[in-house]
Amino acid sequence: MTLDEILPGGLVEIVSVGGEGLLRRRLLEMGLTPKTKVKVRKVAPMGDPIEVYLRSYVLTLRKDDASKIAVKEVCNE
Amino acid sequence: MNKKIALIGNQNCGKTTLFNALTGSSQHVGNFPGVTVEQKRGFIKKHKDEFELIDLPGIYSLSPYTSEEIVSIQFLLEEQPDLIINIVDATNIERNLYLTMQLMELNIPIILVLNMMDEVISSGNCIDIDGLKERLGMRVVPISASKNEGIEDVITAIEKTLENPGRHLDLCHGPVHKAIHSISHIVEQKAHILHLPVRYCVTKLIEGDEDMFKTLDVNDNDRHIIEHILEGMEQESGTDREAALVDMRYSFIEEVCYYCVFTECETKEQVRSEKIDSLLTHKYLGIPIFILIMLMIFYLTFYLIGAPLQDLMDNLIGMISQNIIQLLEHYHVAYWLRALIGDGILAGVGSVLSFLPVIVILFFFLSLLEDSGYMARVAFVMDKALRKIGLSGRSFVPMLIGFGCSVPAIMATRTLSSDRDRKMTIVLTPFMSCSAKLPIYGMIIAAFFPHKAAIVMITIYCIGILVAIISALLLKSTIFLGEPVPFVLELPAYRIPTIKNVVLNVWDKAKDFIHKAFTVIFIASIVIWFLQSFNFTFDMIEDSSQSILAAIGSFVAPIFKPLGFSDWRASTALMTGITAKESVVSTLTVLTQAATTTSLNNALATIFTPLSAFTFLVFTVLYMPCIAAFAATKRELGSWWQAISTVLFQTGMAYIVAFVIYQIGSLFL
Repeated sequence: MTLDEILPGGLVEIVSVGGEGLLRRRLLEMGLTPKTKVKVRKVAPMGDPIEVYLRSYVLTLRKDDASKIAVKEVCNE
Repeated sequence: MNKKIALIGNQNCGKTTLFNALTGSSQHVGNFPGVTVEQKRGFIKKHKDEFELIDLPGIYSLSPYTSEEIVSIQFLLEEQPDLIINIVDATNIERNLYLTMQLMELNIPIILVLNMMDEVISSGNCIDIDGLKERLGMRVVPISASKNEGIEDVITAIEKTLENPGRHLDLCHGPVHKAIHSISHIVEQKAHILHLPVRYCVTKLIEGDEDMFKTLDVNDNDRHIIEHILEGMEQESGTDREAALVDMRYSFIEEVCYYCVFTECETKEQVRSEKIDSLLTHKYLGIPIFILIMLMIFYLTFYLIGAPLQDLMDNLIGMISQNIIQLLEHYHVAYWLRALIGDGILAGVGSVLSFLPVIVILFFFLSLLEDSGYMARVAFVMDKALRKIGLSGRSFVPMLIGFGCSVPAIMATRTLSSDRDRKMTIVLTPFMSCSAKLPIYGMIIAAFFPHKAAIVMITIYCIGILVAIISALLLKSTIFLGEPVPFVLELPAYRIPTIKNVVLNVWDKAKDFIHKAFTVIFIASIVIWFLQSFNFTFDMIEDSSQSILAAIGSFVAPIFKPLGFSDWRASTALMTGITAKESVVSTLTVLTQAATTTSLNNALATIFTPLSAFTFLVFTVLYMPCIAAFAATKRELGSWWQAISTVLFQTGMAYIVAFVIYQIGSLFL
């Protein structure tokens, strides 16, 4: 499963971050590291990008880039 | 003794507010990521000529990913400040501390300033300041910059730290720790000779930074050993080197936060932001609301508030001019000097100054959007549309500012993370009709389309946008090949803009505009007056059609014949418009020797037909921006050649589009 496939409201844990180069490093540096819990909050009006919540802040990224992030579902608390 | 202090932090953490509070200087503050594009300096209050504070751009990490990050890291390495003030958003401490971790590798004393503590506390959360101090090995100062709380404590901490810097702790652990220390031994000596922080060099090598390998002149043998160490590290940590390094920093931060940061719930501001966003970035309502907001701003700026104020200003300037002229007559000042002051300077500068109210109101609204955090949402909502033309949502903001003025718009492109996006946005932004062109539309519309003002105005704006889209598609598939950069953007919590910041920003813009009016336009007015009042034998002439300017204008005029306006006054006005767009109006006014609006309208009717008046407007909206915008373009693109190509491209597009419209229009009219 990858992050772009998660519907708004879904809570997931990051398994690994793919991609390469600067994009990958930027994703990691923004806190999207393995084992981080991420909540998908919203999809932009035109269907892309998505809005996620992690480490007490809100981040937006494109579905293309989100598809490089492998995730697994965790139980909603 | 002069001490250098660098102020650094993530975007949206209140850095500029702290800078203003510490130095008392004025600087623009915004909520949109990366509003601080210029490096600002100022002396810390109570320590004038002693402690100099340098405001670095808002960045998330020290990786050379955006031009802002490159600027910051270069500053820190080359200028070697005596102290770093690292400001962090206390409501979002985990991600903010990532930069802190990187700063700690630089071997420069750091003070950690926790901003927005009021929000943390009022939401019932809590941070153990002493615990943080101990675990990070640096002074930690809680403040709320927007409420001016804790600023004195920061100054005290600066004084103390400069006296007694203390020592950083060794913060890494696990397999990465081992690798860092092993590699340190290899490159330590070289780094010392080059005055580079060893720890920083090593992490760069782990990240595979080729430049660092070159800088340190790592030989093949050492390189082989480093590779071997890193392979071992990867095996042990079960992940690649890049992820392992980031992961190590975040694990350390998580541990610190586990012991020192007690977050029971989201802050009130975050909860409120989510509620506001449920409307402003709503699936169906988001875009209509955005359009509505923009329409409202333009309506308020250009009609409801702007127009009456502009009339008021106009009358005021008229009154002052008249008094000055009477005064000059009273004292029997020479005719030529009276003409210079009255027809040249007062007419030229006055017509431009009357435009000040509109500029002030527009920038007032733009800074509200920026400071509140809405600009980031605009990028979020509009990203997909802009991606179609090869840009990202971030480019939307500079383009939006372009409707106000191309100069700050072009400067704002520095926040874009890719060179390609930045250059493309710089080329396209001037197609967004800037507010300085409004007087031109006003003049032409009043003379030719008084009953269709709104339609003509909207058409002109749309032509600008349309040409920008066509140009984008053209550039995307020719010069700017390749994919746009990843779009990974923080959506900061909405915050109520502080009056101080908004006023400071508007004041800056107004000052800039007035400065422009009294420098560039002042000189241009004199030059134009001279050129149009004298002939080549430097005799003053009565009829301006005998003037030097008429000769130059007439020489250029035939070029514009296919566009419908071959009168020398039109081409002359376009040329003076390069100094500043408002000059088109003042030049046409001066050249037609029109004293009243009616006589100007009559005079314009002899220069243009309604169709050629329209193509003149089209050409005006698209052709090269003013000299100030050209200067900004040159600075941001970094090369004369590229800047000149840019304005040639813009002028070329203007010519082609105006040509097509005139030729097609002639068939029907």
